Amino acid sequence: MIDFQTAPDRYRHWKLAFDGPVATLTMDVSEDGGLRDDYELKLNSYDLGVDIELYDAVQRLRFEHPEVRTVVITSGKEKVFCAGANIRMLAGSSHGHKVNFCKFTNETRLSIEDACENSGQHYMAAINGACAGGGYELALTADHLVLIDDGSSTVSLPELPLLAVLPGTGGLTRLTDKRHVRRDRADVFCTLEEGVRGKRAIEWRLVDETVPRSRWEETVTARAREIAERSDRPADAKGIALTPLTRTIDGDEIRYETVTCAIDRATRSAAITIHGPTADVPATAPAIHAAGAAFWPLQFAREFDDLMLHLRLNEDEIGTWLLRAEGDPARVEAADAALAGNAGDWLVREISLFLKRTLKRLDLSSRSLFAMIEPGSCFVGTLLELALAADRSYMLDGQFEGDNRPPATIRLTAANFGPYPMSNGLTRLAARSLHDTAAVEGLKDKIGRDIEAAEAEELGLVTFAPDDIDWDDEIRLAVEERSAFSPDALTGMEASLRFGGPETMETKIFGRLTAWQNWIFQRPNAVGENGALRLYGTGRRSDYDKRRV
Amino acid sequence: MAIDYLESIPNNVDISGDRRLQRALEAWQPRFLDWWKDMGPEGFQGDDVYLRTAISVDSNGWANFGYVRMPEYRWGIFLAEPVEDRKISFGDHKGEAAWQEVPGEYRSVLRRLIVTQGDTEPASVEQQRLLGMTCPSLYDLRNLFQVNVEEGRHLWAMVYLLHAYFGRDGREEAESLLERRSGDADHPRILGAFNEDTPDWLSFFMFTFFTDRDGKYQLATLGESGFDPLSRTCRFMLTEEAHHMFVGETGVGRVIERACELMKEHDTDDLAPHGGISLALLQKWLNFHFSVSIDLFGSEISTNAANYYTMGLKGRFAEEKIDDDHRLKDAHYGVTGLRDGKRFGMSEEPALTALNERLRDDYVTDCQRGIDRWNRVIRNAGIDFELKLPHRAFHRQIGAFAGLKVSPDGRIVDDAEWAANEAKWLPTDTDRAYVASLMHPVMEPGKFANWIAPPRRGINAQPVEFQYVKHH
Repeated sequence: MIDFQTAPDRYRHWKLAFDGPVATLTMDVSEDGGLRDDYELKLNSYDLGVDIELYDAVQRLRFEHPEVRTVVITSGKEKVFCAGANIRMLAGSSHGHKVNFCKFTNETRLSIEDACENSGQHYMAAINGACAGGGYELALTADHLVLIDDGSSTVSLPELPLLAVLPGTGGLTRLTDKRHVRRDRADVFCTLEEGVRGKRAIEWRLVDETVPRSRWEETVTARAREIAERSDRPADAKGIALTPLTRTIDGDEIRYETVTCAIDRATRSAAITIHGPTADVPATAPAIHAAGAAFWPLQFAREFDDLMLHLRLNEDEIGTWLLRAEGDPARVEAADAALAGNAGDWLVREISLFLKRTLKRLDLSSRSLFAMIEPGSCFVGTLLELALAADRSYMLDGQFEGDNRPPATIRLTAANFGPYPMSNGLTRLAARSLHDTAAVEGLKDKIGRDIEAAEAEELGLVTFAPDDIDWDDEIRLAVEERSAFSPDALTGMEASLRFGGPETMETKIFGRLTAWQNWIFQRPNAVGENGALRLYGTGRRSDYDKRRV
Repeated sequence: MAIDYLESIPNNVDISGDRRLQRALEAWQPRFLDWWKDMGPEGFQGDDVYLRTAISVDSNGWANFGYVRMPEYRWGIFLAEPVEDRKISFGDHKGEAAWQEVPGEYRSVLRRLIVTQGDTEPASVEQQRLLGMTCPSLYDLRNLFQVNVEEGRHLWAMVYLLHAYFGRDGREEAESLLERRSGDADHPRILGAFNEDTPDWLSFFMFTFFTDRDGKYQLATLGESGFDPLSRTCRFMLTEEAHHMFVGETGVGRVIERACELMKEHDTDDLAPHGGISLALLQKWLNFHFSVSIDLFGSEISTNAANYYTMGLKGRFAEEKIDDDHRLKDAHYGVTGLRDGKRFGMSEEPALTALNERLRDDYVTDCQRGIDRWNRVIRNAGIDFELKLPHRAFHRQIGAFAGLKVSPDGRIVDDAEWAANEAKWLPTDTDRAYVASLMHPVMEPGKFANWIAPPRRGINAQPVEFQYVKHH
């Protein structure tokens, strides 16, 4: 089992150092620290384990270090910044692992960009040596790229010429959509194994500046300080500790405090239940700070995030996630109100952004998502987003026989209208109502009101509203039917349907990863007996099937 | 008035009929001369030096002797005579006709190989630029300059390939070869050993013996290349490289000879009071230069080396004399590695990825032959001392043994033992200061510094006391 939880005192591959508003995140990958022992992580190449630490560092920098305004990513190795994902690791991994790995690394890269854009925490890549493939893609997530000008260090995307695959973490898309590299130059760059350095790297917009070795330290430091000036992060605030999560795995039961999960291997489904706040949530910024990691919205986000990562990587046969939310709707609404009412506070902003990213991770998970809205549930505001993210939602119309709880309701809050956009830039409400944007506006009138099943169905907020006589069969059939379909086809269909509307850099990155990269990753020219990825490192030459498809 | 830079370039590559080459060289040649004046031998640029100049590749043409001022040296461009109907002798293209043009598929790889080789040539000139000031004799001074101008010519040879076959990128790389500087913090030379100082003549002789010998092996493997112009260029360069190694081997040999004389004369191993370089000191210099030079062969297991071979770009030493399939897809080669971090052991590795190690083995064997000749000098002097090549894991910076603490006789030692013995195994600051203290210029014809014996014979049948450099 691969565990996504870690902490700086357990890092094997990264070092964090702090100097006032500037943090330095130094990549110094331990060669023998790979998740498997059939490869060595040479030249600062990485595997999932390295990236798990990076993700942890990025999260902690945001929550534990409000004073940090610039994060400098650099390398602890001589002459090498980062060689990208480890090729032998990729060659020896199952297709599923590769896809999971790429998806997670992409999410982490986007979370770096989220910090730059929304959190006032700006990343700067101090590229102090050769920077290839995934290494350059990591650098590309930064706001500012500085390349050492030593006559030999280059940035490169050698995937195509060297390995017959594509850059897997958004490299191509960021070249055109983020760096605005001219497409013909990008074509040259991406077929040039050795990469580009010096003046041309600037001219082609591949980096922002180059600095000679003798002025390296002072320039990097000065630039980091300048970038810090741009930030609105508070100078004197105190961070909160992201304390270890309490998780127990007991057979097929996985329990956190705000999230539980029961796996049913017969139907290849996981029943995931979010437990709403069990006490009143703090309403003021000082109280939220005092609660820290125990503040319910943050605790929920961390636990749900960890559960999703766990299920995605360690339970790949569990294809359907059944989402439930149990608890007191009023307290969930109060939690939303606490976030909205203190939106100017740095910590509250971080929590909202984290919820946004967690919900995006749900959108991006290649699992069938069904929401089950039953009596006793609390699909309100932020938690209602789970139902809106689902491929389908089932809401019980009325009560179960012998259950005297009132009928299920859902409730909209301001959280459904802005703070949690999907990758395509739309709210989940807007994304399910592309035909009628006015209707989404109209829904604002319903904010704060309980909506029962019939009305919810009428408003287009749920898929089906069976009554208690039909409920069990409807759900059983839906789950059984789902588990009989081809998982591959489902993944493709769900991803296509979830992201209607406009494309953004984010949707392109994931869409192209899924379509192009994952296709090429399966093709004989890459992974066949004589494919480039398979033969890499043997000195044997790949023999391509020359037909274009 | 436009200067016809090209008129003075002896060549057998038809410069006068190649507009692309003319255009490139017209821009590059003046910059090369600027570089030479700036970074070439310091203090002797106006002197007449008795140098050999190659004006053609036949046996009469390649060794023309005469006095010449170095900036006026006629750096030529020569390829070895073409082998008729030459076939590629190894790799996936074995048996195909050798390429007369760069195959598009291998363009960037070939360019990188050529740039890496080319970068070492001006680097050594830069490393040695101050040595003239402390020459032990005019004979040695002249040899230094011969080595320097030929390294300059080797740069020309590589630049010719870049200009003639690699278009705009090639011209840019040729410029960069003049921009990097040995030991410069901002623009260092590509390979580590070429950024080290060559502070004294003992280091120079060791460098020409050990590091130029690496050059020999690199050139020999590039001489096997399926890219015929590269092959022909390197094969011609090898004839010059042989002279550099001669300078190194005889240079060290003469230091040994003198050490033996002083030892016998004064009946002591300690030559410091007598202004000599002791054999123990020599061993330390040897340890240092050998270990730095074997690093140049790269990692024991190398994907790049394997790719170069399969692509037909860089072969093995004396490829055609080896009796196997010359493809190596299923072959294995014994490589010494580290077992459990505690001991050395041999393992069979895929022969393709072990090519660096194989070349290093060839090199070590070749070095040992030179050491054996030196030891004969010591033995013939009746002295009981033997110079030894250190273990290959000793003092390494690159490859599987990088950073490992190993004694010259091949024992893995702990930090304490290393610290206690480092001064016995490698030159210390005191050693270097002592050797530096011996370095006084001797500029009188036929005279030699006290720490080195005269050579057996002069250059080009001239007497030893010939005035090889007319210093003004």
